[in-house]
Amino acid sequence: MAIIAFKAGKRPSLSAKRASNADDAALAKSKVSLFFGRLALVIVILITLFPIYWMFRTAFSNNRAMFSEPLSLLPVDFTFGPLQRVLGLATTEEALAEGGSGASINFGQYMLNSVLACTLITVLQVTFSSMAAYAFALLNWKGRDKVFAIFLIALMVPGIFTLLPNFILVKDLGLLNTILGIALPAMFMTPFAIFFLRQFFLGVNRSIIEAAVIDGANHWRIFSRIVVPLAWPQIITLGILQFIQYWNDYLWPFLVGQSETSKLLTVGLGIFKSQTPQGNPDWAGLMAGALVAAVPIFILMLVFGRKIVGSIQSSGVK
Amino acid sequence: MVVTALKEPAASLATRRTPRVKTGRRDSQTRAAILFLVPASIGFLAFFAWPTLRGLYLSFTDYNLLRDPTFIGLDNYLAIAGDPVFWNSLKVTLEYVVINVGVQTVAALALAVLMQRFTRSMVVRGVIMLPYLIANVIVALVWFWLADYNLGLINATLDTMGLGKIGFFGNEDLAMGTIALVNVWRHLGYTALLLFAGLQAIPRDVYEAAEVDGAGEWRVFRSVTLPLLRPVLAFVLVVTVVGSFQIFDTIAVTTGGGPVDATRAINYYIYQRAFERLDFGYASALAVILMILLAAIALVQNKLLRANESDLER
Repeated sequence: MAIIAFKAGKRPSLSAKRASNADDAALAKSKVSLFFGRLALVIVILITLFPIYWMFRTAFSNNRAMFSEPLSLLPVDFTFGPLQRVLGLATTEEALAEGGSGASINFGQYMLNSVLACTLITVLQVTFSSMAAYAFALLNWKGRDKVFAIFLIALMVPGIFTLLPNFILVKDLGLLNTILGIALPAMFMTPFAIFFLRQFFLGVNRSIIEAAVIDGANHWRIFSRIVVPLAWPQIITLGILQFIQYWNDYLWPFLVGQSETSKLLTVGLGIFKSQTPQGNPDWAGLMAGALVAAVPIFILMLVFGRKIVGSIQSSGVK
Repeated sequence: MVVTALKEPAASLATRRTPRVKTGRRDSQTRAAILFLVPASIGFLAFFAWPTLRGLYLSFTDYNLLRDPTFIGLDNYLAIAGDPVFWNSLKVTLEYVVINVGVQTVAALALAVLMQRFTRSMVVRGVIMLPYLIANVIVALVWFWLADYNLGLINATLDTMGLGKIGFFGNEDLAMGTIALVNVWRHLGYTALLLFAGLQAIPRDVYEAAEVDGAGEWRVFRSVTLPLLRPVLAFVLVVTVVGSFQIFDTIAVTTGGGPVDATRAINYYIYQRAFERLDFGYASALAVILMILLAAIALVQNKLLRANESDLER
């Protein structure tokens, strides 16, 4: 019953949002402007997609053959060689034959590292930040707003500033070159995550909580059985956004994770690039590595595209 | 399943409403709040608050990770004031910010208007924000390849057209602009979506009124859309300026600060001082300066934002 009350309370705001989306469809009337407008959009989409296509095109090209046909729009001498090369599935001879460097690289391992680190960070950060958001949004206690303000100040501190001392700390803890060391600074909370969830928790109908208290539920039960299920879509959205952010992060994992068992995909890519011979770079291998690192994001976008776009649009109106 | 601590006040609440009950409930809430905040507080204190204080302290020391830091007062700051590499890094960072934010904001605004006028498609929105979801490192490498001097598609095309090749990343005058434009490509769709959301929030009848008055397209944009969009625009500017000041990844995997120091942006210089020269005290002082700079920018832009909000209410 309580859940129904909340949903009913929330519905108006949702439908109002939809209405405002629909009613301002100020679509152009004249055919000429329609044509040029659509044309401009098509050009933007082409510029957006072409570099991504070029990554695919190059990743499936024979690096040796590519030198003779730099303008070919299709993969040159189509091959899975570069992918096999970066995933450590090709022998040195096979790699050299297709213009690879022959150095051993294993993006499969880096993929595993990235999945482990990002899952660890995301799951813990979202859990702990939800708990904090509950305390900030739905509990009454002295000094609450002051403490929240202090947490938010951390948003203003540039990443590089805390990164130097955090590096020293992780080093002193002996956690360099471990997944835990990479995850540590972000896995307890981020001010953004708490801020994001607090917004949604504030919208939870307080009478439900009062009713649950009278029914004898404790706060952990209210949090886990009422608030979390109600805000589940937002929690998932936050999880996806944070996962993508840490998946793409570079500087921190580069400083902390240099070993084979802690190197993340972005770090592996950077190192691959810096080690590729200057005169004869393995572009196909590099793009294959980039592809391996980017494909999970493409899949997330295919599955959760609507959620991701929606979350970004709503952050603009706030 | 029911915890006694909570059962008590609930039961007494039902029987007699006294102030004592109220404080009892508040205490239980305070206790719950403390427990709920334990993990987040550990993270906040250990990885935000403590490193901030430690970073401030280190900025007044000479510290190379191997020996204990020695207090040297303002020496780092004095050295920075006379450090031409620092001043150059500030200059090239500004160059980056101006090109990046300038081009990006204008293009994103145009794209947002285009989307509002010509499409409702979620797929289009998804496609244009796709680059933003791809790692900086990947985007940098893809464009580094596209713009490669010897084999890259762009130079191969220029070459066949007889226009002569361009060293996008290798030319001192072009490198920072190239990096700025690469990141325009990455952020354009994201910024456009933020502005698009702002456009959606402008009430339809304002446009209708302008139409009745016989205002042309450009005039409507300048006199209706732009002023009403200014709060969102100001928000977007704060976010993008502060973000682009901290450019690092793209530089790290493409130019490494070069050619000469044409792309040695402030964040990259801090990184080099700390991790290539193990000069953590000096690097911390640079980071303090960056933090003050960013806070000042955000403050100024925030004032702008507030002025705009009152503008909207008129």
